[in-house]
Amino acid sequence: MSWNLDSDRPVFVQIIEHMELDIVSGTLPPGAKVPSVRELASEAAVNPNTMQRALSEMERRGLMHTERTSGRYVTEDEATIEALKKNIAYGGVNSFLSQMRKIGLGKEEILELIRENYEEGS
Amino acid sequence: MSSLLKVNSLTKKYGNITALNNLSFELESGHITGLLGPNGSGKTTLIKIICGLLVPTAGEVTVKGNPIGVESKKIISYLPDTTYLSKSASVEGTINYFKDFYEDFDTSRAYDMLGKLGIDPRAKLRTLSKGTKEKVQLILVMSRRADLYILDEPIAGVDPAARDYILDTIITNYDENASILISTHLISDIENILDEVIFLKQGNLVRQSSVDEIRSSEGKSVDGLFREVFKC
Repeated sequence: MSWNLDSDRPVFVQIIEHMELDIVSGTLPPGAKVPSVRELASEAAVNPNTMQRALSEMERRGLMHTERTSGRYVTEDEATIEALKKNIAYGGVNSFLSQMRKIGLGKEEILELIRENYEEGS
Repeated sequence: MSSLLKVNSLTKKYGNITALNNLSFELESGHITGLLGPNGSGKTTLIKIICGLLVPTAGEVTVKGNPIGVESKKIISYLPDTTYLSKSASVEGTINYFKDFYEDFDTSRAYDMLGKLGIDPRAKLRTLSKGTKEKVQLILVMSRRADLYILDEPIAGVDPAARDYILDTIITNYDENASILISTHLISDIENILDEVIFLKQGNLVRQSSVDEIRSSEGKSVDGLFREVFKC
């Protein structure tokens, strides 16, 4: 039932990462209504106050907004979502590259590895 | 957020043994706090003082500005670490007893939780397993609409699946303005639902901070920090 959160990183940060992925992947599409704090806290098995803080932070970043009476919604601004997607992709590529460099692979080897695996996977 | 519970320079001595040593802290409304410490660190003594079952040697405790007494007991729902219910009574009978005793007891909430955990209301408490008895006690305590829930080792005897259900019950059922103080050794099971933790060591408060503060400043879980601070 929970979101498989790591135990050594702040819950708050991990909730945001999880919901950002939901937005980028379309699980929470643009303009969709976001479930209530209680529902999300229960689903993620986290403290409701922490969930509330994470959602407020996402509003601050322009990823969600609150309609005064009807609740919270995902942004409809495609550019914001696109920028978020790029950000997540950069993060993934960077950590991948640093790991590959750590084990001593050069640019060509890395690119070759990606090409090989990309075709196998598709 | 306002202060719900104030503990001020609290000391408790049993003869020449100091169980609590000049303890001061506050709990805010709407927070879930973990009270953590090794065996014999004073957790249960502290809880019993807050619930009016022990008299402090020095210092004071107030709940919503009131000293410990009739008013504070009305708004505190307490789960002790031992069984106190009559073994010959049925679950149903015990619920009726609680309903008579506490103005804020919500019977439908209790039956709802019993149903979800598959507990037969007609069963006598004597016939229930240790874990099931613990579930019944917790249901009774969480069915009150209290301002402060104090749970002394609430999940120790129940299986992991029921533990998840109980934690979910705690998250979804408590009122936004109510607070929960949980004492437990099963830190890793509950740390995601806590706002903050209080570490007690030999009757002294050694740390009060939020879970995320610990994780970001120490780079480890509360469970990990506990194992380090209290390494034997």
